[in-house]
Amino acid sequence: MKLELRGITKRFGALVANDHIDLVVEPGEIHALLGENGAGKSTLMNVLYGFYDPDDGEILVDDRPVEFAGPGDAMAAGIGMVHQHFMLVPVFTVAENVVLGYEPVKGGGMIDLAAARRRVKEISDRFGFDVDPDAMVEDLPVGAQQRVEIIKALSRDAKVLILDEPTAVLTPQETDELIAIMRQLKAAGTSIVFITHKLREVRAVADRITVIRRGKVVGSARPDSAETELASLMVGRSVSLGVDRAPAQAGEVALQVRNLSVLDDAGVRQVDDVSFDVARGEIVAVAGVQGNGQTELTEVILGLQQPVAGSVVLDGTELVGRTVKQVLDAGVGFVPEDRTEDGVVADFSVAENLILDLYDRAPFARGISLDPRKVQENAERRTVEFDVRTPSVDAHAGTLSGGNQQKVVLAREMSRPLRLFIASQPTRGLDVGSIEFVHQRIVQERDTGTPVIIVSTELDEVLALADRIVVMYRGRIVGIVPGGTDRDVLGLMMAGVPQAEAVQQAATHHTVLGEADIEASEEESK
Amino acid sequence: MSQATPAPEQPPAGSTAPARRDDGLESRAQGALREMLESSWLVTLAALVLALVISGVLIAAADSAVQDAAGYFFARPADFFSAAWDAVWGAYVALFQGAVFDPGAATFARGIRPITETMTWAVPLILAGLGLGIGFRAGMFNIGAQGQIILGAIFAGYIGFAWDLPPVLHLLLAVIGGVIGGGLWAGIAGYLKARTGANEVIVTIMLNNIAIYLVGYLLTTSAFKRGDSNNPVSPPIAENALYPQLLGPQFRLHLGFVVAILAAVFVWWLMNRSTVGFAFRAVGSNPSAARTAGINVNRMYLLVMLVAGGLAGMAGTAQVLGTEKVLTAGIAASFGFDAITVALLGRSKPLGTFFAGLLFGALRAGGFAMQSRTGTPIDIVLVVQSLVVLFIAAPPLVRAVFRLPSPRGPGAQPAELAAPVVKEAAA
Repeated sequence: MKLELRGITKRFGALVANDHIDLVVEPGEIHALLGENGAGKSTLMNVLYGFYDPDDGEILVDDRPVEFAGPGDAMAAGIGMVHQHFMLVPVFTVAENVVLGYEPVKGGGMIDLAAARRRVKEISDRFGFDVDPDAMVEDLPVGAQQRVEIIKALSRDAKVLILDEPTAVLTPQETDELIAIMRQLKAAGTSIVFITHKLREVRAVADRITVIRRGKVVGSARPDSAETELASLMVGRSVSLGVDRAPAQAGEVALQVRNLSVLDDAGVRQVDDVSFDVARGEIVAVAGVQGNGQTELTEVILGLQQPVAGSVVLDGTELVGRTVKQVLDAGVGFVPEDRTEDGVVADFSVAENLILDLYDRAPFARGISLDPRKVQENAERRTVEFDVRTPSVDAHAGTLSGGNQQKVVLAREMSRPLRLFIASQPTRGLDVGSIEFVHQRIVQERDTGTPVIIVSTELDEVLALADRIVVMYRGRIVGIVPGGTDRDVLGLMMAGVPQAEAVQQAATHHTVLGEADIEASEEESK
Repeated sequence: MSQATPAPEQPPAGSTAPARRDDGLESRAQGALREMLESSWLVTLAALVLALVISGVLIAAADSAVQDAAGYFFARPADFFSAAWDAVWGAYVALFQGAVFDPGAATFARGIRPITETMTWAVPLILAGLGLGIGFRAGMFNIGAQGQIILGAIFAGYIGFAWDLPPVLHLLLAVIGGVIGGGLWAGIAGYLKARTGANEVIVTIMLNNIAIYLVGYLLTTSAFKRGDSNNPVSPPIAENALYPQLLGPQFRLHLGFVVAILAAVFVWWLMNRSTVGFAFRAVGSNPSAARTAGINVNRMYLLVMLVAGGLAGMAGTAQVLGTEKVLTAGIAASFGFDAITVALLGRSKPLGTFFAGLLFGALRAGGFAMQSRTGTPIDIVLVVQSLVVLFIAAPPLVRAVFRLPSPRGPGAQPAELAAPVVKEAAA
């Protein structure tokens, strides 16, 4: 099936999310839609999927114009979509999820689960998905859940499959499996629209690449274009993808975490006997798939949660048992994982957010009286220093883009002398330009001698920043490896494979992305 | 080489992400509360107009002349409309004259009496409304002003009639007693919320009931009951403990009105210029971020209830030491409940609460005049108040009726943020 978008325009008030976008997806091709967060990729796909009415332009399927009033029409026309956030019912089985909304019925209005199971089995076998139709979705790993979504789309005879940021939640090995699936689907004649902002993956699988910037198509590229070329097309200026950083000048050990264990409310062990050190002037990255205890680890250090065992000693001071306030006062800067939930108060002005954990100390407070002038001055200075793009320091933080909100959090946390800096997912959801800036600031902080902990689920980020890498899996430390460790080894360790075994396995089997790394480093050395 | 994943707006449906700290119901209630507080002045005004219009329909429907004219509506529709107009116009004019200025009065003093009555009624509404407003902005849905007013009145009243102290000092102590009484009563709810997570809405409602029966019971005991009376009434408050009259004995207006103004100024300073208010607002807007920033959220819950209860207690002192001059079981009337409306109408800001309190005082004062002059039941005032609450609680409804733009209009919301919401709705 050939899919064509002609002159699609979608406005939200003054914002033009899509500006006359043309896109042709040929039968059996993998077409990558590359763009930064907020470039308009998702809007375009939501138009295509019938969620939004375009203000202008038309959609053609096999050269015939079509109109979609809703996702139902889009599905009927052979378009399937796998959302970044899966639309699955966790307590349903795979078969039940796949037929949800299109249940085959037997006599008497009963759902024909046998037919549903057969359908799942058939598709699963055809593409070698290895999915048990009777498994409960909540028990499946994320990669398998994604395959359920793909089966769901295929079971409705999708000829064009839209994958919205499909690799965001996957380990490198899972990504590899996904890439294999995409190639199989392509071979079977299914077209795939692959939405992403990850250059490496695009180069690995795409037949054609369309780059979108600020709602406009800014060009198309061939998959063998260089990464920097794609990046500058995507961002609109030349960017340096790596972080310039000198090797760490690690000093004496500043933070000692010993035998730390944390239970959640249900009594499940989220952090299990974790021990590691961080030295002055060193960045230690905690790598792992989301939900393997990293969040709890940082929250315990900050004092938001209490551990059941273990100690956290910073410069000779025990932090366990202290309140958040005391930990912050001890010189810990903390950038939370979820900035909208824990980092900023959306209703507060930028100026107020910049003193959220400094409001009751000099120079902002005298007794219990706030000094609005000092608050204002501080805000003017920090917004310039951290390049926060805001109409004014009185604007509500909620009106800022994610990148600028993150800069507000960083500016606040780095605006006092630190003995330890912790940042969780410091660049999640940021555009390339902001990522560059944030990474530079973190390295700068390290270079002043501050011990730094970065928690990231992004291997790219871990590899870009870390001097040492702590890999966590199910609350335990799988291993502590030096920065720059092979991506495939890290990926296997993130899946719980012990270090020695991971090194062995990785040596015999390279993932697509791991190979790209090696190629890149070989190119560099030439 | 370093890209990041986009921020997940919610955990993936199938993931086992840990549950957020707040439970869904609570955060939804807070979301609704926040929307009420954020709606524009225009919506507030529109809600008021809408309430008056609908009440006008009821006034007309309840009017006997209108009912008669409706009997021959098709023969002479003009009769019906003029009768309806007369009924509504007459009622609202009487309401206005009873609340602001009565041009038909014999003397100037009697002419301005209505506005002083409005101000007198407004005092407890403003004071309790200020307290509730602080709570709302700190995320505490305190329904307990009624009980806090009663406790304030009990403490202030007891000090007022049972002790014998020199002027000024007696009043001062009685007022402080009232503030402590109201503060402690509210503090119970704050303490329970902080220590056990008990929902403040339920606790404060229950505390209201306890307070109502408590004052009834106390007035049967020898410590509180007037010796020479069989009625549940306390002895009169000592002269030294009364708020001085502002305009002489022929008006009820007392110093409590000045106290209310000072309290509004104090609340403005507290919320906008003090570290405590900063923490209150942070906790109210985003408790998670406040906690992460080292603010002791539970302590703030307790503190905000103490302050809110103290202000409601002060409203109780205005009643017992100023307006009524005696403690009765009905000392709080329905001020505690009306104050919720006042705080919402004033969007929990001091200036807004002040004017909303005046407005509700006017409705009360004018309601009596309306009933006596035009026979319109005073219950209409209740209807107006209730409708105002209803419309303020549903800003989208009011916006739809008046075709006002949404505060977060389509243009204000970036597409990438809007998309997941739409996805969810459609999925």
